[in-house]
Amino acid sequence: MAGWYALLILALLTAGYVISSARARSIAGGNYAEMHSLPAYHGLYTAALAMLPALICFLIGSQLASYFATQTAIAALPGDVQNDVLKQGAALREAFNIAAGGPINSSSAEIQSAAAGYASVLSAGQWITLAIGTFTGLAGLSWGLSRVSMNFRARNGFEKLVHGLLWVCATIAVLTTIGIVFSVVGETYRFFFDPAITGKPTVFEFLFGTEWNPQAALRADQGEIQTAYGFLPLLTGTLLITTIAIAVAGPLGLFSAIYLAEYASPRFRAIAKPILEILAGIPTVVLGFFAALTVAPFIRGWGETFGLNVASESALAAGVVMGMMIIPFISSLSDDVINAVPQSLRDGAYAMGATKSETIRQVILPAALPGIVSAFMLAISRAIGETMIVVMAAGLAANLTFNPLEAVTTITVQIKTILVGDQEFDSAKTLAAFALGFVLFFVTLVLNYIALKVVQKYREQYD
Amino acid sequence: MDMRPDPLVMMTSSVQDQAPKPVKVAAKNVNVYYGAKQALKDVSVDIPVKAVTAFIGPSGCGKSTFLRCINRMNDTVASCRVEGLIQIDGKDIYDPALDPVQLRARVGMVFQKPNPFPKSIYDNVAYGPRIHGLSRSKAELDEIVEHSLRKASLWEEVKDRLKDSGTGLSGGQQQRLCIARTIAINPEIILMDEPCSALDPIATARIEELMAELRSNFTIIIVTHSMQQAARVSQRTAFFHLGILVEKGETSQIFTNPTDKRTQDYITGRFG
Amino acid sequence: MTDITSGEFPSSIRRVEFDSAESKARLRGRYKSEARFKAYGIVALVITTSFLLALLTSIVSRGVPGFFQNYLVTEVLVDAAKIDPQGKGTPEALRAGDYSAVARAALADAIPGINERQLKKELNGLLSSGAGDDLREMVLANPSLLGQRIRTPLLLADQADIFLKETESAVRVFADTRGSATPSATTGDITILVSGNDFADDVALIKAELVNSAVALEKNIALRAGRGASAESLADLKAQAAELRQRAAGTASETLDSKTASRLVAINGGVVKVKEMTPTSVRGDVIVPLTTTAEAAPGTWQIRVYDRPEADRNMNDRAATFLEQLKSKGLIESKFNWAFFTRGDSREAELAGIQGALVGSILTLLVTIGLCLPIGVLAAIYLEEFAPKNRFTELIEININNLAAVPSIVFGLLGLAVFLNFFGLPRSAPLVGGLVLALLVLPTIIIASRAALKSVPPSIREAALGVGASHQQAVFHHVLPLAMPGIMTGTIIGMAHALGETAPLLMIGMIAFIVDVPTSLTQAATVLPVQIFLWSDLPEPAFKMKTAAAILVLLAVLFLMNGISIWLRKKFERRW
Repeated sequence: MAGWYALLILALLTAGYVISSARARSIAGGNYAEMHSLPAYHGLYTAALAMLPALICFLIGSQLASYFATQTAIAALPGDVQNDVLKQGAALREAFNIAAGGPINSSSAEIQSAAAGYASVLSAGQWITLAIGTFTGLAGLSWGLSRVSMNFRARNGFEKLVHGLLWVCATIAVLTTIGIVFSVVGETYRFFFDPAITGKPTVFEFLFGTEWNPQAALRADQGEIQTAYGFLPLLTGTLLITTIAIAVAGPLGLFSAIYLAEYASPRFRAIAKPILEILAGIPTVVLGFFAALTVAPFIRGWGETFGLNVASESALAAGVVMGMMIIPFISSLSDDVINAVPQSLRDGAYAMGATKSETIRQVILPAALPGIVSAFMLAISRAIGETMIVVMAAGLAANLTFNPLEAVTTITVQIKTILVGDQEFDSAKTLAAFALGFVLFFVTLVLNYIALKVVQKYREQYD
Repeated sequence: MDMRPDPLVMMTSSVQDQAPKPVKVAAKNVNVYYGAKQALKDVSVDIPVKAVTAFIGPSGCGKSTFLRCINRMNDTVASCRVEGLIQIDGKDIYDPALDPVQLRARVGMVFQKPNPFPKSIYDNVAYGPRIHGLSRSKAELDEIVEHSLRKASLWEEVKDRLKDSGTGLSGGQQQRLCIARTIAINPEIILMDEPCSALDPIATARIEELMAELRSNFTIIIVTHSMQQAARVSQRTAFFHLGILVEKGETSQIFTNPTDKRTQDYITGRFG
Repeated sequence: MTDITSGEFPSSIRRVEFDSAESKARLRGRYKSEARFKAYGIVALVITTSFLLALLTSIVSRGVPGFFQNYLVTEVLVDAAKIDPQGKGTPEALRAGDYSAVARAALADAIPGINERQLKKELNGLLSSGAGDDLREMVLANPSLLGQRIRTPLLLADQADIFLKETESAVRVFADTRGSATPSATTGDITILVSGNDFADDVALIKAELVNSAVALEKNIALRAGRGASAESLADLKAQAAELRQRAAGTASETLDSKTASRLVAINGGVVKVKEMTPTSVRGDVIVPLTTTAEAAPGTWQIRVYDRPEADRNMNDRAATFLEQLKSKGLIESKFNWAFFTRGDSREAELAGIQGALVGSILTLLVTIGLCLPIGVLAAIYLEEFAPKNRFTELIEININNLAAVPSIVFGLLGLAVFLNFFGLPRSAPLVGGLVLALLVLPTIIIASRAALKSVPPSIREAALGVGASHQQAVFHHVLPLAMPGIMTGTIIGMAHALGETAPLLMIGMIAFIVDVPTSLTQAATVLPVQIFLWSDLPEPAFKMKTAAAILVLLAVLFLMNGISIWLRKKFERRW
């Protein structure tokens, strides 16, 4: 169906352009200078007028058709299935599968009739949509065609449409944010306040609870396992790993940046910078593999030589590798801010008889401090939000500990653990992941916003 | 390059320096290159102690380059190469045994654009004494800061807000802060690279007054665009043009009775 | 100027001195701290570089063997009785044939005489369960092969492959035996008597090992006692240590277990796995039958040692022995593993390949670039050229900057809640993956495109406007083409980012085990980084090797993309 529609839109575009530009040419009769807009613009304008209504029809119509088709399918299901959200979902999936040409084999009669109803309504809706689309498209085409004349400002009209398109594209970034907010805030609200969800915590329990165990007992013999949604162990785990990462990446990244910006010869920079860029370009799944297979056993073995008991999924291993990930981030941002410190300040310090390191420590770094602080904030936000390294190298058990040699879990690990595999959108467990996502989004947003503001202020100061 | 001696340079070098005071800085046949480009050609000049010497000339003439040779600030430019001899009190400052860091403690510099450090007013002035270890106690440091600010005629304006940031001052105040910062390490020579070009006339007047005061303690070399300023503040003047030191002498002589055609043209405003 | 104190500075204000010992010491100190500070920078760069080197060496050393695969190359009888017992000759019948049986028969020919059930199982375990697959394709392509003997490679199972690749599991052979050896039988549980004391060294070695473990155990006990462990909890360990000591001191025959190095005796064409040994005799189980019980002269029989204990290996001594036999007959060949690039995922490591993931990645990236290149460029044009300065524009700009730093997993949540749950798009599909990644890299592309547009000097715009072009004509005809190299560079970097991204794709279910290579945008698929993640989670060492090999492929593609972007930047670099 979508194929037919694509064909229709293509036809409308071509027809609009060809007919309208031909008409403009014949009206002009070779005297293009007298005409306000070139024939091509008349063609483009009409083509756009023909395409737009058809496209809008398609976007609205296909949604409506699938909505009504789903309603028809639900109406065909037995009453008990209709009222149970989970059963209804499963039955609908089965029906959709049949409607899409899947095997009918063991499906019940109700589901088969639901599938038939769905298919017929959907097909009817789509044909109607196509018909309306064709009609409106042709109407647009003829209207556009009727406007072709010597004085018609087709170029301005077309440019207005293009301007609109540009605006829509720019707005997608805002829509993305709205989408994120809509998805995390809505589900988070349900997690805390939807009366239909059982086993959910209060906001207070969530924020200050010290136990995290979203997995209830699966079998009777596992005994009484209570679900618990205390966020604190995840927070401490995340902070522990982040702290280790920053402790590794902070000094390394900053000193690398200082050396590259202030000491290194251009040739040395040409070698060293790509090394940092390569490190920055390594996917986190690769770093996670390295953490789990090389760094974690190494730290464990190293701990054993000192008689320490290191968990095989220690926070230290994940933190160190996450630090590796962040080094290029901190160094390139710090490099930028150090380079933005005006030369006159350096000259001032050198002229006082300061050595290079005195100039850097006492003049350049204080001057670049806001920028460096914001680089660190962005790095922290990145460490908090990083998923793959911790999924592969950190643990699952929510231990409330600050010992870097023990296994801890993080917010992102729990989101991944809960949401990978089958989820039901009506269990507290699934919604808990969205609540964690909300926390993650909120924290990183605040960090980023402050950091960006600080950098902006800082740039203004020296521009 | 033409290796024959430039007759004009020969002539100007032959003008007798009737130096009333001992020579503080002596430059002989200084050539400066930026990469392949020569910025200064064969500059020789003697600068007297405890007087204001002005370098004038059109932009790009090499006067700032020469100024930056005197405290080896050009060392921080990788492509820059200096040939020839520059002596302070008879000692070659490009002697490898001499440390530029120490040299700069003896030869202070004030820049075109005020560049106070992003620190408090107090810390700006105390910076030099601290890194060079000039004070033995907090009280001594306080004294140095107060004296330097008084010398720079800034004390009355800032004494109640020494902890405020130096970057919060007005342009003229910032430049006086930079002067205070420079004299806090009590240098022998102060280089000023167009110190008033970023300032309004009132702030300029105060800096000029300040220079007149400071010359009793320091040897001052100023690069300036403004001939009026050179005439007002300096005792001796040197005129640079296209990397060549065209003429040098008593300020009054240069401005009233220049020997070189180019100097005359510049002073009368034919080019600049 | 009332506040200027005239005259000299007060004596308290010192001048910097140069020649005093104190000032010289001070200067030395300052230069030391200068050198130290500079060294910090170098050390930081060295540590960072060694991090990167450690990462790359670790991956390369694990991954490169993954591009090779060991095959058993031997004479195979394409037995019609096994493949097409009814003699139909139709492609369906040929396809359904038991090619594994053909492969097993070839293996049995290579090592004849193995009849005991357990041993037979071990032997057949050397071959991959897909060993007959290539054979099937050959026969289908050329039915005339039926009944012929051909020499063809048969795929080995992953454990066998890994065993051959790992140097630590290599066997040490002692051929200069001093005494003559006499086996008691050719099969079963036999005893070999030796006229020299060939096993004295080995027995001593085992005793020494026992002492070593006793010492280690005692150290551990002391450590635990020091940390305050109770006496009862240590009693057990103490008893163990004492027992080890006793065994080491005694003269009874030593029993070999799976926790010590394995010893085998190769004699009279057969191989015996040693269970017990004294300095002059061994008892053990026959793995490969002996041809005779005749006395073997010194030097004609061998002692073979696997230093890595059986318990630490994936391959037991029997299978390893078979493999060594095949190897010594020159039947094992290592070939470049093209199948790695032409197969989908599999539960069997030796059959698993990355084609499915590669195609999935390509489909996903097609969706991503198809969406985010036009949208990103148009958005950048709007913001850079046409946007009025107002609150809404400012909001968009702040938004883009913040989105660039939102954790990628949050985009996964967006995809799950909006695309899957709200719009009902199919799970695990490249379409949804591409949508999510497009939103993820959109800020990067917008920011890069804006920078590229900004770098075009206003004079170009003004020149176009000056000859009467509209603002849009100026932008689309003049500014955009000039900014294109910069935009392409930014896009490639964004795509490289998208290619390496994993977390958001896990959220939308692209983590399923998928054998088939996807052919459409709505079919369930996986992508290369997710395949890496899936494999890295599996316990088999062969999958670890495949993971590293897949990572090498991913890194190679990423380096290539970055290389192209650098090349583009260099080629079109323009100084205005």
